[in-house]
Amino acid sequence: MTDLASIEPMLKVETLGLRFRNPLILAAGILGLTAPILKRVIESGAGGVVTKSIGLKPRKGHPNPTVVDLGFGLLNSMGLPNPGLEEFMKELETLRGLEAPIILSIYAFSEDELVEIGRIVSDFNVVSAVELNVSCPHVDGISEIAKNPVLVESYVQTLKRHLDKPVIVKLSPNVSDIVRIAEAAVDGGADALTAINTVRAMSIDIEVGRPVLAGIFGGLSGPAIRPIAVRCVYEITESLNVPVFGCGGIETAHDVIEFLMAGATAVQLGSVIARGGLRVFKRILKGLRDFLEERGYSSIDEVRGLAHRR
Amino acid sequence: MSTNINFRRIVKLVRVVEENPRVKTFWFKDALCSKAKPGQFIMVWIIGVDEIPLSLSTIGDLCSVTVAKVGDATEAMHRLKPDDLIGVRGPYGNGFKIVKGRVAVVAGGVGLATLLPLVDKLKDYGCWIEVFLGFRSKHDVFQLARVERAVRPNGAVMIATDDGSIGFKGLVSELFETHLKRSKPSYDVVYTCGPPAMIRRVYELCEAWNLKIQASLEAYMKCGIGICGSCCIGPYRVCKDGPVFSAPQLRKMPELGLYKRGPDGVKIPV
Repeated sequence: MTDLASIEPMLKVETLGLRFRNPLILAAGILGLTAPILKRVIESGAGGVVTKSIGLKPRKGHPNPTVVDLGFGLLNSMGLPNPGLEEFMKELETLRGLEAPIILSIYAFSEDELVEIGRIVSDFNVVSAVELNVSCPHVDGISEIAKNPVLVESYVQTLKRHLDKPVIVKLSPNVSDIVRIAEAAVDGGADALTAINTVRAMSIDIEVGRPVLAGIFGGLSGPAIRPIAVRCVYEITESLNVPVFGCGGIETAHDVIEFLMAGATAVQLGSVIARGGLRVFKRILKGLRDFLEERGYSSIDEVRGLAHRR
Repeated sequence: MSTNINFRRIVKLVRVVEENPRVKTFWFKDALCSKAKPGQFIMVWIIGVDEIPLSLSTIGDLCSVTVAKVGDATEAMHRLKPDDLIGVRGPYGNGFKIVKGRVAVVAGGVGLATLLPLVDKLKDYGCWIEVFLGFRSKHDVFQLARVERAVRPNGAVMIATDDGSIGFKGLVSELFETHLKRSKPSYDVVYTCGPPAMIRRVYELCEAWNLKIQASLEAYMKCGIGICGSCCIGPYRVCKDGPVFSAPQLRKMPELGLYKRGPDGVKIPV
């Protein structure tokens, strides 16, 4: 890890009152169901981790098949499986003292649930920030929230009122105007945004004439959606002065640079782990260092938002 | 044809064999599966019902999976007939590492299915193979002739049953322990697969007797490609880091054989 420590000054990110040693954060829904694997992700080089989305009660999620590799991306309809907040906090309890902030992803089917979650999580200092998932595209009752600016503002306001931690709102690309939703989140008190969640999609197995997923509809992730995500980050940061975590199809250091130039404060990785394993963090970090050094940048702060120049 | 193992192939069942009232073997043809390593598994789509991880029980021009009736998905699979279709993706996971020499194979119940391609291969490498098989009763024994063919003349097969209806009366881990105490054999490796509690006991015996172990574990699985986190035991993903684990890894799995996790990640005592 000495190698990582030496490149930290170039790559560190300070935002939301938190310090990330590098801009690579594990995206929600990827691996973050148990503590030992989250610890391993951090040891593999992640600058921060977002947990699986957690609700008040345990949820089994959708039946299998839940994940299908389409080659250009992954289609999933996990359906928010999680052990429930109380059980999950016991799990996270073992993660104190790590060198990367832990962001708890949460979802709620009502504002009453948000109030309760806010109260429970406020006193739980293992968690540095909360990412509010209003955009899971394959769970009824959640996917609708991100499409409605009034609901988004109200949800965020309610959570902020009952939670004494930074709130990141994860936005959906499945809307006609993502900037309008981003504004609503910021009006509600969001401290930062994540763009984007998966793109609602489906695929059919033509041999058997059935949807490939048991849940019929899923969310598309991976390289196929990267240009959509880059566009969303750019549009949001063009209009609003709010930290944005870029997320969608990042596989290489160049992809990270692209998101940073679009205006992202940091980025989140997920699907790439299917193909590249947990080694991807160190591989991308070295690529970032090489890119910055070859072009004479002293830190990633110098490339952030570059594409917005006129 | 694509070489991406993640792409799902729809294959026709060419043969369905009833091994015993609880266990059936399903035969199919798939080019990628026929190149699998012993101990690797595939995700089998029981169309319209579920998708479940199953170890390959035969690897060759024709491949097979051997399935015990244990729940809705496997019961639906048992209703399938020749010419019915299933989806397969994989092969996934690390598989067993072949160790040449004197080896022990400890199998519990349908866990034997995972070890069958390994036993075939060990024979090819000329290993001395001692196989310990555990079943509930003589009615649950399956594929015994295949195992006996593989170890003859360089090895032995010993059977334990819960009710003593054939072989040693008791658990296969007890049979294995008895054998260790009596014969003090020096195995180059112990391969094992079976119920989690049995694997834990075999692992403890290997630790106590200073034997190397390769244990194939099972877990509830969704993605099979190392991203969903459903199958994590300790810091490891059974689908990607396993399903075969060695002693240094097993030492980091305090929950092994004590509890498993359901689809929601909640701990379930075993």
